[in-house]
Amino acid sequence: MDWINAIVQGVLLGGLYALFAAGLSLIFGVMRLVNIAHGDLIVLAAYVALVVVEATGLHPLLSAILVVPVMAAIGYGMQRFLLNPTIGKDLLSPLLVTFGISVILQNGLLIGFTADSRRLSAGALETASFEPVTGLTLGVLPLAMFIMSVLVIFLLDHVFFHTRLGRAFRATSDDGEIAQLMMIDRRHIFAMAMALSLGVVAIAGIFLAIRTNFDPSSGPTRLIFGFEAVIIGGLGNLWGTLAGGIVLGVAQAIGAQISPGWQILAGHIVFFLVLAVSPRGLFPKMD
Amino acid sequence: MAEVLLSTHGLKAGYGDFQALFGMDVALNRGEVLALIGANGAGKSTLLKAMTGLVRCQPDMVRFKGEPIGGQRPDRIARHGIAMVPEGRRLFRSLTVEENLVIGGERARKGAWTLERIYALFPILNERRKNPGTALSGGQQQMVAIGRALMANPEVILFDEISLGLAPVVIKDIYAALPAIVESGISAILVEQDVSRALAVSNRFACVQEGKVSLAGTPSQFSRAEITAAYFGT
Repeated sequence: MDWINAIVQGVLLGGLYALFAAGLSLIFGVMRLVNIAHGDLIVLAAYVALVVVEATGLHPLLSAILVVPVMAAIGYGMQRFLLNPTIGKDLLSPLLVTFGISVILQNGLLIGFTADSRRLSAGALETASFEPVTGLTLGVLPLAMFIMSVLVIFLLDHVFFHTRLGRAFRATSDDGEIAQLMMIDRRHIFAMAMALSLGVVAIAGIFLAIRTNFDPSSGPTRLIFGFEAVIIGGLGNLWGTLAGGIVLGVAQAIGAQISPGWQILAGHIVFFLVLAVSPRGLFPKMD
Repeated sequence: MAEVLLSTHGLKAGYGDFQALFGMDVALNRGEVLALIGANGAGKSTLLKAMTGLVRCQPDMVRFKGEPIGGQRPDRIARHGIAMVPEGRRLFRSLTVEENLVIGGERARKGAWTLERIYALFPILNERRKNPGTALSGGQQQMVAIGRALMANPEVILFDEISLGLAPVVIKDIYAALPAIVESGISAILVEQDVSRALAVSNRFACVQEGKVSLAGTPSQFSRAEITAAYFGT
């Protein structure tokens, strides 16, 4: 039963990794941009949530009402004024700019919030759990995270495939030059993609802040988990990203079950195995 | 005197250090079809790209209804009412046939050309509307590309190499659609390798050679030998 428990916890943890990864996947899909600052933006969202909760007394989960729009606005501005001017020339320039944003965010947060690790308290919700089957314990919070991540992927998928904005995303991704001839302003579309990405980042950041301690240097690890989930799932496939997150979460849970020191390593090993066997991921986009 | 809709004035343009156009003067009047003929590499496609903003140039070098539009962003130029059927069709591969058509018109002003009318013009597209755009034959893809341009209800459509790589029977079908397009009030510039076909459907022509217009007029104004000479620069 311990093993089944571990695997179920791993699946639920995978939901959080999918949230880390979904925004990354979206940005890569629309503008072929690898956002090195993605992990630090998750941490920024966690700090924004911290400030909102401390200032308003809202429950951390409810703080999303403010944190999501704030992060989306930051995303729109960041893309429009920092990243757009570098896009299209070559792949390296925007990559370097996101690297710079990463450094600035880490140090900015260090100045503003010190290196102390922080945490958001979700009260009784943190420890609430139930037993659907004898011997199998499900935490309410991990389950809520998982349901939320499925919901977010479902919504992103809907936006991508069934809305005017999604059509513009796909057209711009397919052929940016011709998309402009369809009266699509690429600068706006890219900024909207980043806004959507950071909206998801906001939710990921809130969950991160409730689940674990975080400090200004927590970002890069989240970036790696996000990357691994995207690549395991297959680039450009949102449901694949969810599957990738779950594979990573389960691998870590099984590793931890073997020995606590193996948790992170087991995830990386599975990532490398997938990369070696199927370099395009488990569910590559059909094209 | 017909109204000049779209014109270039001493247009110089190119790609990076490579200059392709050396002072090109072309004018499209309202209601006409202008054929652009010329050998490969003469600068025909670059001219269309400069007109649509895909290649940069000075503002005064391209004018639409007398207003300078040269160097504007492609999405802004498209909003003036200039659409293009690009060389090689370039459909959006992750969009269905119908989505490819819809995206052509959803940011444009409404007009006579609707999804229904495109399907009436090219009935095969209605049957294939749920297919990915790129799952169609070359000729059907060209129909989608034309429909996509029409959906914007433009005043001008620029056709770049409309028959390139297509079977003769398909080319006939594509050209059969041209009168309906012109009758709906759309003016057109037609870049075409097949000189006879281009001259047969156009009111005027311009022959492009080494980034300049070497001969221009109505097809009946010149002998075939004169046009051939301008084409090859002999």
